[in-house]
Amino acid sequence: MSLGDIIDRTSSAWMRADAPSADVVLSSRVRLARNIAGIPFPHQASEADLAKVADQVQRAIRTAKGLADLAVIRLSETPALDRQILVEKHLISPQHAQGAKHRLVAIRPDETISVMVNEEDHLRIQALLPGLQLEDALKLASQVDDMFESRLDYAFDEKLGYITACPTNVGTGLRASVMVHLPALATTGQVGRVLAAVSNVGIAVRGLYGEGSEATGNVFQLSNQVTLGRSESELVDNLVGVTKQVIDQERSVRERLVRERKDQLEDKVNRAYGLLSHARLITSQEALGLLSDVRLGVEAGLLPGVDAKTLNELMVITQPAYLQRIMGKELGPHERDVRRAALIREKIRARKEGR
Amino acid sequence: MVCDECGKRPANVHLTKIINGVKTESHLCEQCAREKGELDFFSEPKFSFPSLLAGLLQHDPGFAEPMTLPGSVTSRCRSCGLDFSEFRNTGFLGCPDCYDEFRPRLEPLLRRIHGSVRHTGKVPGRTGAAAGKRREIENLRAELARLVAKEQYEEAAKVRDRIRALEKDLAGES
Repeated sequence: MSLGDIIDRTSSAWMRADAPSADVVLSSRVRLARNIAGIPFPHQASEADLAKVADQVQRAIRTAKGLADLAVIRLSETPALDRQILVEKHLISPQHAQGAKHRLVAIRPDETISVMVNEEDHLRIQALLPGLQLEDALKLASQVDDMFESRLDYAFDEKLGYITACPTNVGTGLRASVMVHLPALATTGQVGRVLAAVSNVGIAVRGLYGEGSEATGNVFQLSNQVTLGRSESELVDNLVGVTKQVIDQERSVRERLVRERKDQLEDKVNRAYGLLSHARLITSQEALGLLSDVRLGVEAGLLPGVDAKTLNELMVITQPAYLQRIMGKELGPHERDVRRAALIREKIRARKEGR
Repeated sequence: MVCDECGKRPANVHLTKIINGVKTESHLCEQCAREKGELDFFSEPKFSFPSLLAGLLQHDPGFAEPMTLPGSVTSRCRSCGLDFSEFRNTGFLGCPDCYDEFRPRLEPLLRRIHGSVRHTGKVPGRTGAAAGKRREIENLRAELARLVAKEQYEEAAKVRDRIRALEKDLAGES
């Protein structure tokens, strides 16, 4: 398993469409922040310190039981476009993609586990699963955490728990998040109300694509705000509970749309499908918006012949870096829009013909 | 159409922003848009936790001035050299030991962020056990000193043996 294999594979495990509640929840993620005792945090560390962390982690991967299948990628030796692809696949953060020296990412072949080394903390262990599977993601991340802990001396304080560079992560070091697709709530102007309610119960919300409250593609991320004073499973249970309520609201509005405004809904999703099937020039922003409409149509049973997995895949491969990788060269904005439109037509048509 | 920003290159990035119901349009060339960060749709928002935290610290009268607390509180971490004022600016501590060095100043902040200052979650198997033993050794050493001061040598010898046993355990594990 090499970086090339990971990058060339357009579909990741988190894109599977048969996962629990995949009609609303695109993916579940659990991230654990860990640091090694006695070594400054990455932003304060000397180059020698960073090298020490990278060495210790790589030794742990080689020797600890269960970690040997992780592919280690040195970001400083990885081309910028490939690093950007890892961001678009949600395997590393944009910050980590800057590729400074001694920054690594270790990725399990199925992409369910990725471990960023020398990002904000020495280690950031991430488990990413399709649909609503936060408990499983926690279990997975925690197992990998134990494997590293068998070889590394973690900075742990009996009172404050796991020590992190930023005090907002201290304690469990856990950030659990779900990506949710809320087109019906957004179309009917209710998404603001729901998300405001959610933020009152310790859950942070942000638009996944786009800025501020404007979420292109109607994809939002919900995550826990606090990390200290509650156990990992309490934090995850709280997020699962809130997510389930958001799912119920989204589903009931979808049902109402189908019942009461079927003509408008059919028109909207078919127009989006028509544009995606025939457009010759399309920006990534427009593509995300149209893919959201088409997905709503698929989930509501109004667009037979298109499947959600293809849509998940398109969300990633139509982004700028990925598109350029597929085309095998750097492209200007205009050329990207041409190629993106062609790629979408091809994928969507392949589906329609029942391949 | 030329770029609103440089007035030279053709505008090929057309932005419509709606902020609090106020709509603004701008037309930029790709280069200017990139420089203004308008093409950064996929990156993390600039409004990050650390910057928010730093803002919180700077606007808090209790943190804006170095606090005088009972006992001497250092403003510089003895392990990594980070000055507490740097933490106020960035929201990042320098090393794991900073939490011990600045604990009296961090605890009120942690309480405000998390509503708690006590971890109730996972404990690392190996490190946690060792940390527990180290803490017990510290406690026993203090007790040993007390017993010796009171000339209770028989009790002190028992405590000393327990310390030795724990130290042996620790050495065996690492």
